[in-house]
Amino acid sequence: MPNDSRFRRLPDPGRRAVAIVFDGRAVQAREGDSVAAAILAAGIAVTRRTPVSGAPRGPYCMMGVCFDCLVEIDGMPNCQACMVEVREGMRVRLMAGARGPGADLQGSKADD
Amino acid sequence: MTERVPLVVIGAGPAGLSAAAEATAAGVETLLLDEQAVPGGQIYRAVGRANPDRRTILGADYADGAGLLPVLKSSQLDYRPGASVWQVTPEREVFYTVAGKATAVRAARMVLATGAMERPMPFPGWTLPGVMSAGAAQILLKSSGLVPDGEVVLAGSGPLLFLIANQILNAGGRIAGLVETTPRGNLARALPYLPGLLRLPAYLGKGLALLARLRRAKVPYFRGARDLTAHGGTQVEALRFTAGGRTHELPCQILLLHQGVAPNVQITRALGLTHDWDAVPRCWRPRLDAWGGTELEGIAVAGDGGGILGAAASAHQGRLAGLQAACRLGKLNEAERDARTGAHRRALSAQRAARPFLDRLYRPAGAFLDPPGETIVCRCEEVTAAQIRGFVGLGCLGPNQAKAFGRAGMGPCQGRLCGLTVSEIMARTRGVGVQDVGAYRVRPPIKPVTLAELAAMDEDDG
Repeated sequence: MPNDSRFRRLPDPGRRAVAIVFDGRAVQAREGDSVAAAILAAGIAVTRRTPVSGAPRGPYCMMGVCFDCLVEIDGMPNCQACMVEVREGMRVRLMAGARGPGADLQGSKADD
Repeated sequence: MTERVPLVVIGAGPAGLSAAAEATAAGVETLLLDEQAVPGGQIYRAVGRANPDRRTILGADYADGAGLLPVLKSSQLDYRPGASVWQVTPEREVFYTVAGKATAVRAARMVLATGAMERPMPFPGWTLPGVMSAGAAQILLKSSGLVPDGEVVLAGSGPLLFLIANQILNAGGRIAGLVETTPRGNLARALPYLPGLLRLPAYLGKGLALLARLRRAKVPYFRGARDLTAHGGTQVEALRFTAGGRTHELPCQILLLHQGVAPNVQITRALGLTHDWDAVPRCWRPRLDAWGGTELEGIAVAGDGGGILGAAASAHQGRLAGLQAACRLGKLNEAERDARTGAHRRALSAQRAARPFLDRLYRPAGAFLDPPGETIVCRCEEVTAAQIRGFVGLGCLGPNQAKAFGRAGMGPCQGRLCGLTVSEIMARTRGVGVQDVGAYRVRPPIKPVTLAELAAMDEDDG
């Protein structure tokens, strides 16, 4: 799934590097990146598979409207990747297909 | 106990920051809630931390947004970024979550400054990864300094498309094509309103400069494009369309879509306020008085959430709403309030005069309001245009019934992205006006909130 990024970074000397993990892979982000921006920069274009047909989706609006960038962040499912800024050590996971009952509970346990 | 505050402003874009500036200057303690991590809204996103190079790429109009930020230092202001507002009641209670902690406040007055969202531009293939709204690319540039690498195609209509194309060029990006879908008849319909636009002479000049830059950069420019389809496997690989009687296919790594913006009415809808259909720009707006006041006492709207007028007008509307709040809260008398409004009303009048021309010139083509059958309209539940038309054939009268017929608008975005399209399709299929089919009812929570957050809030309140 990871491939060459379709985005490149402009030089930004003032911004500190922040390391996050996406589906077990180390991703180097920058301070102030949203999770969605960080993973697009890392070459990850698909943030989820739809529950209905399993079609791939990626970030579309980047401003909290479309919910196509829903991911699991630190055990919490259904987070809008475009609305959350990266934090050192953050663990992000792709959400694939439909969720079964109790998925939220499992999520909040993993968070504890 | 629920915390009580004199004024709550929701949204830290030009309208919200301006409302907060007037209110705090008059001595009103103000709580400013904003969903973003940094102030500026979408238009001035991250302007406070943009380096000089970034400001050059994005242009002077963006850099000017920094002038709105001093209010954040006011001792009267409690600014809470990263605040996701999930419910507002007619009694002016506001429920919001910051970093997983839910809080309720009750406001004596409120200003809703939630701005605009990009109008959906549905056509077959628009759901592929790598297809994004043009505004999304601009946000990536403003917030993270990310530029599309490889071939970019921009498609759609409206001044923002030309601005973003310029910004991408300034940042060293490569544009493989600008595919304009503005119908050819629009200009003739707009021309009678040109005198209104000329009340803002700078606007026309800026537009022409953007076009000239694209011409100098030899960006392939296609006009009157129709029959758009995006193609690819797990990511977009090409845009196909017809223009000038020929079929074109432009390979691309990123496809950016834009056909104007529409008011973000999620909160005003959830409040049950009356919304009028604006037939020229094809969007809903809440019914407001001259101060931005809604039908609910103490709740005002400022900025593009009340109808699209742009960033400059939004700041003036924010000033008016802030002055009115200060007056109603007893910090200014009416004479003091009115002495400060003249310049804002005059500026607003000029901004309003420009809209009839712009709204007609950039009115979206019918094919993107009432798209081809195989187009996914509701991205969350994957409901196509043909299915929506089928619901009408089965006797479904409006968007709320369409939820029961086929889950349109019932996914996580709660109809934000398909609402306008579903209303348009149903109106056209039934042969009635959009105001007759109505819009999705919006119910709280308008943003996701977990049971754990709700439960923790009850403990605090108890």
